[in-house]
Amino acid sequence: MTYRLAAIDKSSFAAEREDDFTVIGSVVRRSDALGHVTGRTEFFEDVAPPGLAHLKMHRSARHHARIAGVDLTEALAVPGVLKILTHADIPNNLYTPLKLIGVGPDDEPILAVDKVRYLGEPICAVVAVTEAAALEGAARVKVTYEDLPAVFDVEEALAEGAPLVNEYHGQNHFIYEGHHCRRIRFGDVEKAFAEADHVFEWRYQSAPIEQAPVETTGCVVIPQADGRLRIHSDTQACFFTLDNTALILETPFNKLRIVGGTVGGGFGGKVDVVVEPVACVAAMMTDRPVKFVYNRYEEMQVSSPRAAERIYIKDAVMDDGRIIGRKVTLYVDSGAYARHTPYGTTKAAAHLPGPYSIPNVWADCHCVFTNRTPSSAMRGFGVTIGDFALESQMDRIARALDMDPLRLRLLNAYRDGDLKAHRKVAEGTALVEVIQKAAEMSGHELPEAYRRMSSLTREGL
Amino acid sequence: MAMLRGRGYASVNYPTGMNLGGDPSQALIHATTTGTFVISLSSVDLGQGIKTITAQCAAETLGLPIENVLVDTADTDTGPHCMGTFASRGTHRVGNAVIMAAAEARGVMLEVAAEELEVDAGDLETDGTGYIRLKGSKEKSIHITDLALAAHFKHGRTISGRGIFLKEPSAPVPETGEMDPDSCQAHACTAAVVEVDDETGVVEVLELYNAYEIGRALNPAMATQQVEGGAWMGLSHALFETVEPYYPSRDHGPRDFGEYLMPGPADIPVQHSLILERPAASGPYGAKGIGEMTANAPIPAIANAIFDACGVRLEAMPFTPERVLRGLDALRADTATQDAGPA
Repeated sequence: MTYRLAAIDKSSFAAEREDDFTVIGSVVRRSDALGHVTGRTEFFEDVAPPGLAHLKMHRSARHHARIAGVDLTEALAVPGVLKILTHADIPNNLYTPLKLIGVGPDDEPILAVDKVRYLGEPICAVVAVTEAAALEGAARVKVTYEDLPAVFDVEEALAEGAPLVNEYHGQNHFIYEGHHCRRIRFGDVEKAFAEADHVFEWRYQSAPIEQAPVETTGCVVIPQADGRLRIHSDTQACFFTLDNTALILETPFNKLRIVGGTVGGGFGGKVDVVVEPVACVAAMMTDRPVKFVYNRYEEMQVSSPRAAERIYIKDAVMDDGRIIGRKVTLYVDSGAYARHTPYGTTKAAAHLPGPYSIPNVWADCHCVFTNRTPSSAMRGFGVTIGDFALESQMDRIARALDMDPLRLRLLNAYRDGDLKAHRKVAEGTALVEVIQKAAEMSGHELPEAYRRMSSLTREGL
Repeated sequence: MAMLRGRGYASVNYPTGMNLGGDPSQALIHATTTGTFVISLSSVDLGQGIKTITAQCAAETLGLPIENVLVDTADTDTGPHCMGTFASRGTHRVGNAVIMAAAEARGVMLEVAAEELEVDAGDLETDGTGYIRLKGSKEKSIHITDLALAAHFKHGRTISGRGIFLKEPSAPVPETGEMDPDSCQAHACTAAVVEVDDETGVVEVLELYNAYEIGRALNPAMATQQVEGGAWMGLSHALFETVEPYYPSRDHGPRDFGEYLMPGPADIPVQHSLILERPAASGPYGAKGIGEMTANAPIPAIANAIFDACGVRLEAMPFTPERVLRGLDALRADTATQDAGPA
């Protein structure tokens, strides 16, 4: 077996480590490696029960519109179409992502009721004996719309007079315990700006990013002899999917069984429970096994991406490079519905001001609704784009002060015992050491005083 | 026209576990009659390797070879609750739950061995070979297969254990944001070396230097895969990826991998990776979660390297050739204005 193996540095925290292990710290071959390379691994789509029906969605062709009418006549006439589900067929037609932990409001219909809020929103589900018939049926559904004004920019969405995206919220942002955003208030940033030798303010922007798993989101639902439903799914969270599906079906939780656990890539894209509930309704109404799997277009344009973020960072900086204040205004584009973005926005706030010890921090982190595909979880949720902004900011400060960018970071790096902006005392820190090692590896010379710095002490500060 | 080379840096930290906690995972473990230990979970393996890591944690805690451990996941009828695979939580949460379950099973295993060997359980040790032996003795030992058979058929004992890990939920103070969001923080610093073609705007990442502090590399090859695979994703985010290339306009959205570009084999830079270990008090054998963070540092490191190479500061992701060329045009326009002097 050959593999890439990074060197392990055992010197940096030698006093804190023990090495008396037999299996931990050893290279053990991944248990799924052989199956993946030989093709023997079974994924949910390898389940092929007899009589399997296929579900395909008819989706909104508008960004924001009132639904004037839905005509199913032609679609129902397609040979092989068994059933077309509309919102009236879903027992509890509202997604319930955070209901069990008491966070609301539920704000997203499983199938659109009287309006659509983004391009690609599901309106009705066509169930047919073949995939081709389901696609043909979905294409022949006729929806008439009355267009509504749409808003796509996060700051425009928050401006007075902007079109209201989501009536369940009543305003174009999520409310955090009575506040219009998630806040961090630590020290006094305005005082820091007044005392600073330099004030730097820049803006950063990202666009939505697709999780891009090889295996798209999907499930196969198989009705069982005892009346239960067995759901083969590529969900990232089996019980979360079970609980949410039961809440939408209004069935006892133990009527459902999720079988999964082997997934062809997730990256956060398989945390929303978007395929299982409607597939279960279809299986119950047709009394057949039903498969609902996204095609690549749906995965890219309809499935929730990484949120676009707009970030303004204003820093109070002294001549010697010490950052004494940081003010961050973050707008996270949640799209038309909340899904997990209110959570991600709080996680973004917890991450501020980055891995640095800054005595005055102010942050307003807004979760904003716009007429686009709802965003949700993705690898590094709330942090990845923040790091792009924070670390670009650090580089610009270093250049403005004509300082070595790594020395600027070492000077401001958080160390054990520092109080973070969310008022937790830092422990187990190691930013100083990874910077020193990266410098060493890449041939970036640091002066002795900076090489001697440590996360454990305040030496050199 | 020239190929311009530059170097950029970024240093980051990343929290382990669901933000604010409140995300439990459970594990059950039991021995078969012949001494295979089955770990029952409902955790999901996305390809990141949770099945392998939990087997390593169980084998280490039991003191048995990894060949004696099987992982059975994820079926909600048979596996106990797991919050899910996300938030860099799998290794930390499920690893801890498995260690707790395996420690309970190990306790029973040593009790039965003590009865079989007629010694005190406290005087027994394991060495990872499959034998439970009297400390310092070569003769007084029993193999796990014989021990498990005896436990079932002679002593009527179940060698089993239960485990759960929960970081208690923290509620943020709405006015100040005071909260306890994480179980620990992992750290990374990346240096990127890039080359910018000032005629086409194409950026090529030549080298990445990655230093990661991850608590403990439970499986160093899999940790390396996370670091280097994540760097690929970061590079892809930096230079290629978005489903809305003209955000906030929704036009020109890609529909498939022919339109949604990602780096191919020829775009992968040379990677130099180093792992540091500062064991986390809360972590399974000290491990922190690194599942998500490995895409993060390369993005700003590449942005900063592009600036170093050609003077263009890219404030919007991704750093496409169009954005690089527009930036270069703006720099030239500024220079031309300065050369012309005040009007």
